[in-house]
Amino acid sequence: MSILLDGSTRVIVQGITGREGSFHAEQMKEMGTNLVGGTSPGKGGTSHIGVPVFNTVAEAVAATGATASGIFVPPPFAPDAIMEAAAAGITLIACITEGIPIQDMIRVKDFLRGYPAARLLGANCPGLITPGAAKIGIIPQRITRPGSVGLVSRSGTLTYEVGSALSAAGMGQSTIVGIGGDPVLGLTFADVIALFEADPATDRLVVIGEIGGSDEEHAAELLGRGSRLKTVAFISGRTAPEGKRMGHAGAIISGNRGTAKSKEEAFRRAGVAVAETTDQIVGLLS
Amino acid sequence: MKLLEYQAKEVLASLGISIPPGRVARTPDEAADACASLGPVAVKAQVPVGGRGKAGGIKLAQTPDEARAAAQQIIGMDIKGFKVPLVYCEAALDIAREIYLGFTVDRDARANILMLSAKGGMDIEQVASESPEAIARLYPNPWRGPLDFELNALVFDAGLGELSRPLVAMIKKLYRAIPDLDALTAEINPLVVTRANEIVAGDAKLEIDDNAMYRHRDLEERYGSVVEGDPLEVEAKKRGLTYVSLDGDIGIIGNGAGLCMSTLDLVQRAGGHAANFCDIGGGAKAEVVENALAVILMNPRVKGVLMNVFGGITRGDEVAKGLVTARDNLHMKLPLVVRMSGTREEEGRAILKQNGIEPGASAWEAAQKIVELTRAGARA
Repeated sequence: MSILLDGSTRVIVQGITGREGSFHAEQMKEMGTNLVGGTSPGKGGTSHIGVPVFNTVAEAVAATGATASGIFVPPPFAPDAIMEAAAAGITLIACITEGIPIQDMIRVKDFLRGYPAARLLGANCPGLITPGAAKIGIIPQRITRPGSVGLVSRSGTLTYEVGSALSAAGMGQSTIVGIGGDPVLGLTFADVIALFEADPATDRLVVIGEIGGSDEEHAAELLGRGSRLKTVAFISGRTAPEGKRMGHAGAIISGNRGTAKSKEEAFRRAGVAVAETTDQIVGLLS
Repeated sequence: MKLLEYQAKEVLASLGISIPPGRVARTPDEAADACASLGPVAVKAQVPVGGRGKAGGIKLAQTPDEARAAAQQIIGMDIKGFKVPLVYCEAALDIAREIYLGFTVDRDARANILMLSAKGGMDIEQVASESPEAIARLYPNPWRGPLDFELNALVFDAGLGELSRPLVAMIKKLYRAIPDLDALTAEINPLVVTRANEIVAGDAKLEIDDNAMYRHRDLEERYGSVVEGDPLEVEAKKRGLTYVSLDGDIGIIGNGAGLCMSTLDLVQRAGGHAANFCDIGGGAKAEVVENALAVILMNPRVKGVLMNVFGGITRGDEVAKGLVTARDNLHMKLPLVVRMSGTREEEGRAILKQNGIEPGASAWEAAQKIVELTRAGARA
């Protein structure tokens, strides 16, 4: 079992003929993901890396019954790609694209209200992987192994770091979900944690947050109201100087909420163990 | 990109919002000239940070001589790490009342928020915490913008009903900064009502989304190069890197903001101090790695470099090739510890080993290693 994605989920890649889209679609296929096609306007009717290419998502959905999509198109086109996927009936959209203007994402979020069944991950996220079964995005399969730990993270590379440590310690994962580092995102920590809570195959949880925003505080409040999951949280950016921007538009400290201290305290108040370095996560989860 | 006050006001004026008469002065004599033509002025430091008044960056001048003296003091002064490049001399306003008006992104709501308060002129964050009911709020529809009746209700909510017609018109003009200019913040505080009953922008803060600069090249060309920030940050920006200067002596390169931040945390935990944050991002190519290393080595304080790369979209072989070339091209002699894993890590590690760079095992071990090496002054 898993959340959001398993081996039977029919997946397409938007931007499948591009350099990154092509490379990662192949990796997805290689690990057994049920990749049923891709889109690339103007290249419909051809095939690429062994799957059919369509001009539009609607055509791809009609022909393949796809329900999930990974988006690898450049920032000026990615917002439209997300909305196209939702309008075509895709219910899981993982937008890997980094660098989308915030105002575009605000409009996308508003548009998605009209498609309540569509769940968006990202943008600017590594996607998700259900080890041994399927992935959408760029999380390397080799750092994962099947198991019962749910992992949800705002950071890409830090997710690989922690996934790798869990796997090395024999703690496999049910699903690893990267929600992305931008200020305006699709699924939140709380959304994903609720899914893990309802997944019988998940019994432990790792939450990897970072400074900025208050999604971690909301997640802590949710966990504090009662959870069956043994949870460890880690926040990166403890030593980041206030007011300095650290790359993710999201990682801007504002007010009291948003600091590493505020987030760690919120988790502790909720009875969640807080790791001070990623190396401590495995020990705290045992 | 955060615009300076005079730049933000130019933009507001282009949207049809009234601003006080003012002139930019790059020298004390220019400030004296400005005062001679404008009358009594406020001589204001132009820096992209708040708190310049408290730092002594705003002085009132009644005469050209006073304006010259004020500019003499302010130009070149350091305010929160920014060297003041120029002052803005602005005609004093005859203030009847001060209002707060601002748009910003509410991250939690994943929306733009418009805030209006009759308690302008002071720190809006203080108003927000002490009397949140004094701020009227509206989340405008991001596709069509706020409608007149919504703005009218907002203005009455804020207790500013007697100004509803001019305020609604002004807010609609300011709103254009959101869809047309990709503003993340567009704030006028104070929005001044003069004794002649005119509504004028007393100050202006405008931040444009860096991710959207590709569609605002004109703004970047016009305003991008005025402020001299940290020279290393300026150099890194030219090379397309995400770089923030810190005050330690260990250079840091990482891919991904989260990993990079946690690498800083690890170095501090190991007893060291990071000299910078440098995120080479996803899909980092050889030349990007070389650029990152080049900028870090320009910092004379740096005694060693820790590179932490965990690949997803980033390919280990490309990173390793770039690193070897960069080290050779830059004749780097300082300790270098590299922690690398992820996509094509075996190829990457092999390339490093062939070239005499030993890859570190874990991030924590690598952090301890670089701290030890920089303390010993040894070579890696």
